[in-house]
Amino acid sequence: MVSIENLHKKFNKNVVLSGVDLNISEGGIFAILGPNGSGKTTLIKSILGMVIPNKGTINVLGKNIKNSASYRHEIDYLPQIANFPNNLKVKELIKMIKDLRENTNEDQRLIELFTLQPFLDKKLGNLSGGTKQKVNLVLTFMFNSPLIILDEPTTGLDPISLIRLKDLIQAEKAKGKTILITSHIMSFVEEVSDEIVFLLEGQIYFRGSILELKNKTNQPDFEHAIASILT
Amino acid sequence: MLKILKYSFFDLMRSRWSYVYFAFYLLLGVVLLFLNNDLSKAVITLMNIIIVLVPLIGTIFGVMYYYNSKEFTELLLAQPLKRSSIFLGQYLGVAISLSMSLILGLGIPFIAYGLFKSNAIWDFSLLLVTGTFLTLIFTALAFNIALNNENKIKGFGYAILLWLFLAIIYDGLFLMSLVLFEDYPLDKLSLIGSMLNPIDLSRTLILLKLDISALLGYTGAVFKKFFGTNFGFIISFIILTIWVIFPVLRIVLKSKKKDF
Repeated sequence: MVSIENLHKKFNKNVVLSGVDLNISEGGIFAILGPNGSGKTTLIKSILGMVIPNKGTINVLGKNIKNSASYRHEIDYLPQIANFPNNLKVKELIKMIKDLRENTNEDQRLIELFTLQPFLDKKLGNLSGGTKQKVNLVLTFMFNSPLIILDEPTTGLDPISLIRLKDLIQAEKAKGKTILITSHIMSFVEEVSDEIVFLLEGQIYFRGSILELKNKTNQPDFEHAIASILT
Repeated sequence: MLKILKYSFFDLMRSRWSYVYFAFYLLLGVVLLFLNNDLSKAVITLMNIIIVLVPLIGTIFGVMYYYNSKEFTELLLAQPLKRSSIFLGQYLGVAISLSMSLILGLGIPFIAYGLFKSNAIWDFSLLLVTGTFLTLIFTALAFNIALNNENKIKGFGYAILLWLFLAIIYDGLFLMSLVLFEDYPLDKLSLIGSMLNPIDLSRTLILLKLDISALLGYTGAVFKKFFGTNFGFIISFIILTIWVIFPVLRIVLKSKKKDF
């Protein structure tokens, strides 16, 4: 699905990724973890073509993504902080993104799922953080792409929405999709992910299932296993 | 690209500033016609204002729009759209809406005054065409500056400096060099000098078209000989076009390499 070879990226003198090799097969939920500043978002943005790597190649669905834009038809991306144009209404934003990508009716179901109907005519600048995140989720999940990338999907969500989000993720997984998630909420990661990729100082430090990590670190629970890597 | 252009254009059309800009030109046109009571004279006064103001507004609006729509841009970058179409669409959205404010804002009062029945129509059209060129040029330059500077304050600073340089300082330096080297024949030099700066070029072009070059003395005659001909006219427009193309090309190249 996604294969990354020898990926290097630095911003000015700050080396963020130094030689990442990663192969993500089709189907399943992969969590990308790591301390702050370990390069999770940079890795994701490289896959999306928003960050241009200094070195290395990235293939998505078997095609090199360099200088290509059309491969993003196959990706649904949830950005980390929902930064939307403030003077646009929720309705208009959804319509615009549909116009730019493709038409879909899935948005109606998602709007109901996250009870966003009362906000459709409000401007995005006036929404709370959690509501913005729900709009963000609608925009991401309304298209039916084989690869879904979620950067901190739980930010600002209330417990009910969180449950809905988990259901949504599982439903997408059941359709055979590949889902990449970054999160700092370990219980969420433990609950949803099949496999984890741990980034440390710009390289992949560990890759495998949560059980393997627990065995490797000799820790009974996931949170402590992660903490023991970092100390 | 057309879709991005459409959204940027409507986004700007809905913003207050487009109306303010439009209303300003409308008022300017009405007031000038009222005070001068003569189309040709109003065109000359208008030229002096347009030549300085249009680049300033183009630069400020360009930089402001780029920084303000950063979120929108990031949203677009994750969509299956080419970077060149995102940035060119935004650039054209800004440049076209500014040009429209200029053309409509000045056009309406002048047409109402009876432009079509007067012989000032060509001078006036030339004024609008160069105004549009200046908008295209300075908005593109502003986008270049904004793409290079993440820091808003720096971006604004450089943009203002650029305008200040081309609108005022360049003329000063030019004049000083003419005084300094007055013992040498300077016709060619001054000709080239005024061609290299789009503001100077526009000014010369309009002044000579308005047939007041007699005021410019000997150099004016040289200029008239060059700009007054079809050849000089075409060359001037080619240079203005180059001034548009290069910054636009750089927007495309720079945006391809940038990280977001």
